[in-house]
Amino acid sequence: MTEAKAPAKRAGRKVELDPRLAAYQGVWVFVEHERGQAHSVSWELMGEGRKLADQLGVPLSGVVMGAPGEDTRRFCHEAFRYGADRCYLMEDPVLADYRNQPFTQGLTELVNAHQPEILLLGATTLGRDLAGSVATTLQTGLTADCTELNIDPENRSLAASRPTFGGSLLCTILTLNYRPQMATVRPRVMPMASYDESRSGPIIEQPLHLIETDIVTKVLDYIPDNRQDRPQLPFADIIVSGGRGLKSPENFQLVWDLARVLGAEVGASRPVVQAGWVELDRQVGQSGKTVRPKLYIAAGISGAVQHRVGMEGADVIIAINNDPNAPIFDFATYGIVGNALQVLPALTEAFRQHLAVARKAG
Amino acid sequence: MHIVVCIKQVPDSSQIRVHPVTNTIMRQGVPAVVNPYDLFALEEALRLKDTYGAQVTVLCMGPPPAEAALRKAISFGADDAILVTDRAFAGSDTLATSFALASAIGQIGRNMAVDLVFCGKQTIDGDTAQVGPGIAKRLDLQLLTYVSQVDRVDTERREIVVQRRAEGGVQVLQTRLPCLITMLEGTNEMRFASQAGMFRAARHPVRVWDKAAAGIEDVAKIGLKGSPTVVSKVFAPQPKASKAEQIKCESNAPKDLAVTLIAKLFTQHPALESAISAGTTGSI
Ligand SMILES: Cc1cc2nc3c(=O)[nH]c(=O)nc-3n(C[C@H](O)[C@H](O)[C@H](O)COP(=O)(O)OP(=O)(O)OC[C@H]3O[C@@H](n4cnc5c(N)ncnc54)[C@H](O)[C@@H]3O)c2cc1C
Ligand SMILES: Nc1ncnc2c1ncn2[C@@H]1O[C@H](COP(=O)(O)O)[C@@H](O)[C@H]1O
Repeated sequence: MTEAKAPAKRAGRKVELDPRLAAYQGVWVFVEHERGQAHSVSWELMGEGRKLADQLGVPLSGVVMGAPGEDTRRFCHEAFRYGADRCYLMEDPVLADYRNQPFTQGLTELVNAHQPEILLLGATTLGRDLAGSVATTLQTGLTADCTELNIDPENRSLAASRPTFGGSLLCTILTLNYRPQMATVRPRVMPMASYDESRSGPIIEQPLHLIETDIVTKVLDYIPDNRQDRPQLPFADIIVSGGRGLKSPENFQLVWDLARVLGAEVGASRPVVQAGWVELDRQVGQSGKTVRPKLYIAAGISGAVQHRVGMEGADVIIAINNDPNAPIFDFATYGIVGNALQVLPALTEAFRQHLAVARKAG
Repeated sequence: MHIVVCIKQVPDSSQIRVHPVTNTIMRQGVPAVVNPYDLFALEEALRLKDTYGAQVTVLCMGPPPAEAALRKAISFGADDAILVTDRAFAGSDTLATSFALASAIGQIGRNMAVDLVFCGKQTIDGDTAQVGPGIAKRLDLQLLTYVSQVDRVDTERREIVVQRRAEGGVQVLQTRLPCLITMLEGTNEMRFASQAGMFRAARHPVRVWDKAAAGIEDVAKIGLKGSPTVVSKVFAPQPKASKAEQIKCESNAPKDLAVTLIAKLFTQHPALESAISAGTTGSI
């Protein structure tokens, strides 16, 4: 990926594609999985990939790599249901755990054999590790952490947009005379693809010619996180977040109170995390988590662009801020101009009463 | 043991402001700092030096003022510093940057073989996390990304064991030297520079290499020419079509505002009510 630099020099965007590269066709989505579970970013990308493939009039494929067994086939079938037309499957015992070397070699071989024009991966620890290595091996362009993907109508190339300058601005990046065009997208930036039980497709298998003794790095152990212990913000349906406007860690308790009544996760803006009022895992925004809840309540948060990019995908946003000109009101669904220290407890009480009545009636 | 740490000088992004009217970047007077993520890499290298003994060389590609970042690293305890700087590097994307840095590391290794290369997790200006994997691939080094801890190094058997943060847990990985590690943030705390360190840093002759000294012959691989990606446009985030619907009521008392909001919310978004009820436990 490119650092923000002036778009000037290579202004001529219409580029005649090298005939060798014109053979590259189709959109691929790398299906990431771990411990028997596909990462949801794969299906978010599948929806985005479907859109791009339809615009280009080419097939959409899922790429599944893993140890032989039922799981890999199950992921192929899921990929079809989320929109893939076909799947490339590479099974080998050396692919049991993620390791850079065998996955880089395998994915590179698949790309060279079948020549996709676009390859999308999740911007996860696995996806970033793999994408950087594969792009360097193939000597092609890779755009990291995209927030928007489109097809440039002028030359059929992938127009990948991402934040730049610390998130204050966005830039669009093209990979003109190199294939495949690669991009990564963070989890929860794109909506999930729709699921269609009836969809199916062919699985194209390709072997990986590697044996364990060829692989230098060994996995000695794997210590799974205790999911119960860590906040799961990206997948929460309801989030109540607090910002610097709450003024003290004691006041931040009001956010927890409302969250408890709503069964919600607690989020925060960066200054709150940096002040140590809540743990790092709860930061929402460009340098924190991207979230996509049904309801996001922001109290005492100004709505700086670095915060906004992490939460504007929420279905409904309620903002509480005492400054009627706070930027958060530019994109929230509902706004209350007022003191969060009074509005939060009032909301907590009103929700509690409403839900109690609703529960009795139901 | 010879350790190379790649550090970049970046504008302190917490001080970058966007002009509210013209949407242009106001970069004047923004101080340059060592990329904060790279300090975790440097500290880890210095700890290995403390434990096992090592020569630590810091490497930076950037314009001449980036020398300041290297001096900072010397003050913390790095032994040697190399600034790779050449007009021909202008406009490099990550593929071209990793090519240039890999070439320079190749040159560094001609004097004393390199056992370990450290990079930060990512930069705060480029923000891609790709340069580390790119260098590893080009030098054919084993790649260990998102390392949270170096457990042990066995210089005799040339093996290293690290903990790597994966999506749902921690992998304990063992690999052979030489290898490249990208260090996770928050894993250690940068030491303070000693008086002696600062004194040494001020006098240390930072080596400055142009592209030839860095071992680069093929100029098609660096700068704009060597960069597959092109920025086609820079723009401000779209303002949303409609602003927030302001909740008001006669009294404007918080209690009445809350009730008004909830009534509106559940009328206009009936699905939310079940989402909330489903999420609530009986414990309230
Ligand atoms: C590279 C970079 C990355 C960043 N990443 C992130 C990120 O991931 N996440 C993030 O959140 N930020 C991030 N930031 C910081 C971001 O730019 C803002 O500084 C930050 O979001 C502001 O947090 P805030 O809204 O809580 O605080 P402020 O901007 O201080 O806003 C406080 C708000 O509270 C209101 N307020 C005050 N008192 C009350 C009251 N009694 N009742 C109601 N409202 C009140 C004020 O009107 C104001 O709007 C990043 C910045 C940079 C440079
Ligand atoms: N110009 C540079 N000079 C030295 N090291 C760099 C440079 N650019 C990137 N790096 C290293 O590569 C890491 C990842 O950078 P990036 O891919 O830009 O996010 C950084 O943390 C640095 O360790």
